[in-house]
Amino acid sequence: MKARRIGAWIAIAIGASYFIIPLLGTLEFSLRMRRGAYSFDAYRSVFADIQFRETFGYSMLMALLTIVFGMLLVVPTAYWVRLRLPQVRPIVEFITLLPLVIPAIVIVFGYLRLYNSSSVLPLTGSTSGTNALLMFSYMTLSLPYMYRAVDTAMRAIDVRTLTEAAESLGARWPTILFRCIFPNVMSGVLSGAFITLAIVMGEFTMAALLNRPAFGPYLQLVGANKAYEPSALAVIAFAITWLSMGLIQLVSRFQKSAPAKA
Amino acid sequence: MAFLTLTNIQKSFGPVQVVHNFDMGIDKGEFVSFLGPSGCGKTTILRMIAGFETPSGGSILINGKDQGALKPNQRNIGMVFQAYALFPNMNVHDNVAFGLKVAGATKAEIDQRVKQMLGLIKLEHLADRYPYQLSGGQQQRVALARALAVKPQVLLLDEPLSALDAKIRISLREEIRQIQQQLGITTVFVTHDQEEALSISDRIVVMNAGRADQIGTPFEIYNTPATRFVASFVGTLNIIEGKVADPAAGAVTIGGQRISLKEPIAGFKGGDSISLALRPEAGSIAENGRGDTALPGEVVSTSFLGSVIRTKLRVGSDIISFDMFNNPGMTPPVAGDNVTLRFAAKDLLVIRE
Repeated sequence: MKARRIGAWIAIAIGASYFIIPLLGTLEFSLRMRRGAYSFDAYRSVFADIQFRETFGYSMLMALLTIVFGMLLVVPTAYWVRLRLPQVRPIVEFITLLPLVIPAIVIVFGYLRLYNSSSVLPLTGSTSGTNALLMFSYMTLSLPYMYRAVDTAMRAIDVRTLTEAAESLGARWPTILFRCIFPNVMSGVLSGAFITLAIVMGEFTMAALLNRPAFGPYLQLVGANKAYEPSALAVIAFAITWLSMGLIQLVSRFQKSAPAKA
Repeated sequence: MAFLTLTNIQKSFGPVQVVHNFDMGIDKGEFVSFLGPSGCGKTTILRMIAGFETPSGGSILINGKDQGALKPNQRNIGMVFQAYALFPNMNVHDNVAFGLKVAGATKAEIDQRVKQMLGLIKLEHLADRYPYQLSGGQQQRVALARALAVKPQVLLLDEPLSALDAKIRISLREEIRQIQQQLGITTVFVTHDQEEALSISDRIVVMNAGRADQIGTPFEIYNTPATRFVASFVGTLNIIEGKVADPAAGAVTIGGQRISLKEPIAGFKGGDSISLALRPEAGSIAENGRGDTALPGEVVSTSFLGSVIRTKLRVGSDIISFDMFNNPGMTPPVAGDNVTLRFAAKDLLVIRE
């Protein structure tokens, strides 16, 4: 029994080392820009770079738009599937999982073929069109996470009965959706939103191939040309991801529903 | 004319017909319970009245107006669900106010009505609480207030007490009945609990396999069940198998003993098998027990149920249960005792399929 426990601790220690040592190494390296002393020079250099601010701001804006449009697509879809079309749920789940199995590069080449400047819908023919295309591609990438987060939140509440209760009180669909359902799946929506934020901030392929000034291509550019700044950027990217995960935890705790007491 | 009229209602889910040609009229202010086992179609009828299911055939009229073309949110029907269905993101006040806000009432009207409704269910002090901070009984009372706040034409209660514990169930059902009588609202109550239905209804509909086996007052349903199903589902009933000896004279034999039912038995011939029903409370083994009929038997078992003692007696090939009121001074019979069961022949009911 004791030997088994020691074995478990050794396995955890090896696993933790595998993740933590490279991170500590990166953090330590990012602090060594000044010779002979630890400093935040690399971080200062990163934050002083106008390109950092532009690409970071651009990706944040894209992330926000992706979250808003993603919510407007996913919440009504998940709600409708749960309420009226439970038989198509496996199909919808399969579709939402496709971005996990189809590489981003394949998706973006598909987009370029479908929406190039000589196509019927020439989205890549203008900056705003390309931005919209990038946002929709981010929505596609975040779909597996967003849909699952929202669907799980809907499973926690009795969507059908809440809908019927609201209907019997005279409510119409927009009222039911925005006043009875949306607030009760908000923890799921926010979980999906933070995952989306993390995905969008680090995504490279789509932004690079659509030639947009996003944070992902900037990370790659800095990584190829500088020594200490890439490590600082990697630490910043990790911090954003962890912050998102922390916020997911925080939001789930603040949900107002709990199991009914008899 | 009835306030709520259901005419020839049918409902099928694919090839399965769950409601067959159901007809009923419910008067204004009446409290009607639909009683039956799971899958008998009682909830389906309720959901058709609410508009959540569309009848495959027939019509539903409320106050003379056909509800067929109306959506659930246009019917002005209050509904209380088994699972409470309070909106988790709203506190008690906002839950009760929801229907009024949807109807476009002013803030002053809403506040006044919510106060009135919370007063009705005696929960004014919990107006700021969220559903997860309430007990099951409190949540269901809030659900009732919410349904009543919009002054519905008809109140539908879909097994509202099933998720509650026994004590709260009894107190809440009395409260529901009192509020219903106070407001005079036409109410349809669905339950599988016969005690609930018997205790609070003006009339009961006993449903069996999509059909109404019997519609009547609790007294009629309990004392004169129309079918074997009603007899076995409502209350505890002994079904005794006998043979018709003389239909004209109302004579039957049970366990080889001839008994007179005191009136002719229509529809039977001599020698036919006949099923007779006897309520446990109709029999007695006391020496001075009243009744014009006596059947000798042997005690099989005795169960102490608190206020009553239920004894099972073997009479011929039948096992008959009967109840005695508990009395600390009495000596309950024990298995193997030979006793005589006395009852009035008029309490034996002929069961027709």
